[in-house]
Amino acid sequence: MHALALLAASVTVIGAIMVITRKVAVHAVLYLVVTLLALAALLVMLGASFAAMLEIIIYAGAIMVLFVFVIMMLNLGQPDSAREKEWLRPRAWLGPGILAAIVCAELLYCVSPLSESTPSLSPITAHDVGLSLFGRYVLMVELASFLLLAGLISVFHIGRNRVEDP
Amino acid sequence: MPVFSFNDTLLLATILLSVGLAGVLIRRNLLFMLMSLDIMLNAAALVFVGAGARWHDAAGQVMFLLILALAAVETAVGLAIILCLHARGRPTLDADTGNLLQG
Repeated sequence: MHALALLAASVTVIGAIMVITRKVAVHAVLYLVVTLLALAALLVMLGASFAAMLEIIIYAGAIMVLFVFVIMMLNLGQPDSAREKEWLRPRAWLGPGILAAIVCAELLYCVSPLSESTPSLSPITAHDVGLSLFGRYVLMVELASFLLLAGLISVFHIGRNRVEDP
Repeated sequence: MPVFSFNDTLLLATILLSVGLAGVLIRRNLLFMLMSLDIMLNAAALVFVGAGARWHDAAGQVMFLLILALAAVETAVGLAIILCLHARGRPTLDADTGNLLQG
């Protein structure tokens, strides 16, 4: 059983690494979908099947469709991918990559001595989540609705078809 | 039976967050920076869900829902900004030249 979790975790990490090193944007989107599906499998193994369903529906479905639509509308040509290839040489990414690796090692060092006790892993169902969401955290639902409304209005404002004034 | 302990969850989330951070740092393409931000948000959501499973509290998944809403809004606004920049005749998605969005 642990081998399955390890497999899903390695698929997640490898997919994420492939996302940030691809030159073509559509390939990166496909790898990101694979990453999110593996992460959903991990969430199921953590006993959070409701979160896993939401991950698949919203992340791997809706948000990735947004990415694909925008990539189709952008119509990036050959010069763009050539320039990306220029930027992907080690001279360009080696310094920031080393910095990020240092941050990763530091975080791993800080995480590792966390004491582990015996967790009682019983699944948290959608019923529990719903009771908590609309009981204690109902104000959070309102704030999320405000956030979504603000995002909708700002996207309308940014993307509206304005008359080009000279 | 704990398939996946909390330490393992934290380890995986740390690796994912570092990969996303490296993506934000080394890529200059706006699309790839948005995707790296999504990876980082996923790592944060994984920590919340793992903590919720560890202490058996549904609040972790409530925070997961809020992170999902935040990621949706952030992606939509970012992609709208990218489309707006592209519609104004910028041929590139380089993030370093993004100071031309007037109004």
